[in-house]
Amino acid sequence: MFVQDTLLHRLRQGCQPMAYPAAPPPPLPDRHGGALRVESAKCAEGCSACVPVCPTQAITRPEREPVALDLGRCIFCAACVETCPTKAIKQTGDHRMAARRREDLMLGKTGEEELRVAAALDEKLRRLLGRSLRLRQVSAGGCNACEADTNVLGTIGWDLGRFGIQFVASPRHADGLLITGCVSRNMELALRKTYDAVPPPKIVIAVGACAIAGGPFVGHPQILNGASSVVPVDLFIPGCPPHPLTILDGLLRVLGRLETPDSLPAHDKVTEHP
Amino acid sequence: MSTPASFVWLSNGTSLPWAEVPEWPVDSFVEATSAELDRGVRLCAWFGVPDGDATRLVAVLAYDADNTLAVGRSAPARGSYPSLTARHAQAHLFEREVWEQHGLKPEGHPWLKPVRRANGGAPANGKFFQVEGREVHEVAVGPVHAGIIEPGHFRFQCAGEEVLHLEIALGYQHRGVEAALPGGPHRVTLSQMETVAGDTTIGHATAYAAVLEALAGSEAPLRAQWLRALALELERLANHPGDLGALAGDVAFLPTAAACGKIRGDFLNLTALLCGNRFGRGLVKPGGCRHDLDTVRAGQMQQQLRAALDEVEQAAAWLWDAAAVRSRFEGTGVVGNATAADIGLVGPAARASGLVRDVRYDHPAGWHRFAQVPVAVWPDGDAFARARVRWLEIQRSGKFLEEQLAAPPDGPLCAEPGALAGDTLAVALVEGWRGEVCHVALTDAAGRFRRYKLVDPSFHNWTGLALALRGQAISDFPLCNKSFNLSYCGFDL
Repeated sequence: MFVQDTLLHRLRQGCQPMAYPAAPPPPLPDRHGGALRVESAKCAEGCSACVPVCPTQAITRPEREPVALDLGRCIFCAACVETCPTKAIKQTGDHRMAARRREDLMLGKTGEEELRVAAALDEKLRRLLGRSLRLRQVSAGGCNACEADTNVLGTIGWDLGRFGIQFVASPRHADGLLITGCVSRNMELALRKTYDAVPPPKIVIAVGACAIAGGPFVGHPQILNGASSVVPVDLFIPGCPPHPLTILDGLLRVLGRLETPDSLPAHDKVTEHP
Repeated sequence: MSTPASFVWLSNGTSLPWAEVPEWPVDSFVEATSAELDRGVRLCAWFGVPDGDATRLVAVLAYDADNTLAVGRSAPARGSYPSLTARHAQAHLFEREVWEQHGLKPEGHPWLKPVRRANGGAPANGKFFQVEGREVHEVAVGPVHAGIIEPGHFRFQCAGEEVLHLEIALGYQHRGVEAALPGGPHRVTLSQMETVAGDTTIGHATAYAAVLEALAGSEAPLRAQWLRALALELERLANHPGDLGALAGDVAFLPTAAACGKIRGDFLNLTALLCGNRFGRGLVKPGGCRHDLDTVRAGQMQQQLRAALDEVEQAAAWLWDAAAVRSRFEGTGVVGNATAADIGLVGPAARASGLVRDVRYDHPAGWHRFAQVPVAVWPDGDAFARARVRWLEIQRSGKFLEEQLAAPPDGPLCAEPGALAGDTLAVALVEGWRGEVCHVALTDAAGRFRRYKLVDPSFHNWTGLALALRGQAISDFPLCNKSFNLSYCGFDL
């Protein structure tokens, strides 16, 4: 009976992976807000109301300079959005946030109101990794939220395996690292050794505000303020934690798997980084 | 100095002036604490408060049957004091921590070594306990593990397949949470509390908010307390099915493993429906909540909750039906009732060893004063019991949520807490999904934090995993580990 029941249940479950990226992605929760857009041109003269409300000091406004928001440091609490009297900082609802360079996450200047979304790896790396990417995950001072929302990509709904992306048990079997956490000093050695154990060519992906810049713990003497302090990073995925969709978007984007215009959702303002 | 008669009572989520905390000379303080623990009282927290170049010890005790807490402190001490661990094992990590943080040595501690201290890019693990013998071998695992999981080091002493002893060395995730708190609350403190253990965001944020409200002498509006109670059960509901799925995966039972991975996400999405973030970031704040649950949203939540509960019921039914699963779970990783009490287990792990122990029931605060969830207990102390308690709690949390969503209290969402009282001690316990989250704050004369102590449930429970492995085959480690599913960062702070 049991075997029969199990088989029946499984049949009834059917095939569950979501249609994305062939179809539009599932919407972000309406209160999520997505990526931020910062138009310093809209800032009131001498106003810096957003600066002190940011818990991670992601916003700065040096004298006679436009306001600057570092989306890599941002934990998406939206305190600045609520505070800004001129609506210079807005939520776009866009899940696409992965960037190849750290400076592509700096928002504010005219022409740089939004982040510059990641371009794919160069042709040679894409040929090597584009259809089969094996990653070793290292949590280094993570809080288990980025880890959980990376893990969820392996479940039946997201089904990361269908893209040829897989998390492997040994760095020797990996093409790169996916790092979460602010990189505690106590994980420095282990992270370095894991990186060294990955055979080249290799890529490094930093997931979450902690791995990009230290997150809520930035500046603590017990941490190293993110993965870049120990290893070179090729892809930054902001969030606290990033929504699974944002992580998946980053992985597919860097592999050049989202390049056909048809597969892109109908967002208009995001500029592609050359 | 005259010796006080007893500890001073304190309810969960309240405060009292530091001057009213009874004080003993350090030797008699250890005696007094030990005498209370002899009576079956539980140690919630044991920590140091710097006082000039000396350290005062503070004990927070739980009298679960009497629904009250109690606190006491020692006079300033230097150098060393007689160890409490020698008589009460549940103090062993607390005393190691005090020694590491304040240099106060517990004389007679049987295994005194660092907890989180750094040593050249890794924690100072010290010497591991070793079993000697020609047939004995040692297995070292971690800090980087095979899955997507936090780092920790496990050192097994084995005779063939059998584990004679397991020592767990943590500290890899240490981010300096406690060290940053004196002088606070700071702008970033709430965000740090939400990420002490990121899968327990609501648990820790609620405990932090309760401590601040107790220090300010205010209370969050009822509607906020209700929302916090909902979010706390949603957090439990996201994690327990995830654990059932992972346990199924560890015994290669794929139907439940596959289904629960998705269902866990469905519950996380319910939290996101409430506040936009799957882990509850930005929902709880001192004074109340930041997001409300309007009628439309509540209706949506009821619908999605029912669907997810139906799915998890089906996935759990497959699990319990499978004789192959039961035979792998039963008798694996046993922590007996007496051992569980000795080492001070909390949460589902304690309840799976037959201990009736649940903050929501024993020390009701906030919304739990009006509505409680029955305590789910199973007697056997094995992996089966730990899975079974989770399943019972899934059902009870689901029922609680359905009842509560049907009858929301009206009123405001937030009442800004005023200034924090000076020279005051406040304690808040919350039953997170792993067990008791304990926050203790002590303010200075100006009402800033002088000392803030955090105890994640995992701090009590890692010892349980180590003991569960004794006499077990080493191949059962993943199953035992998952049956506890403890937090690394919550322990490492």
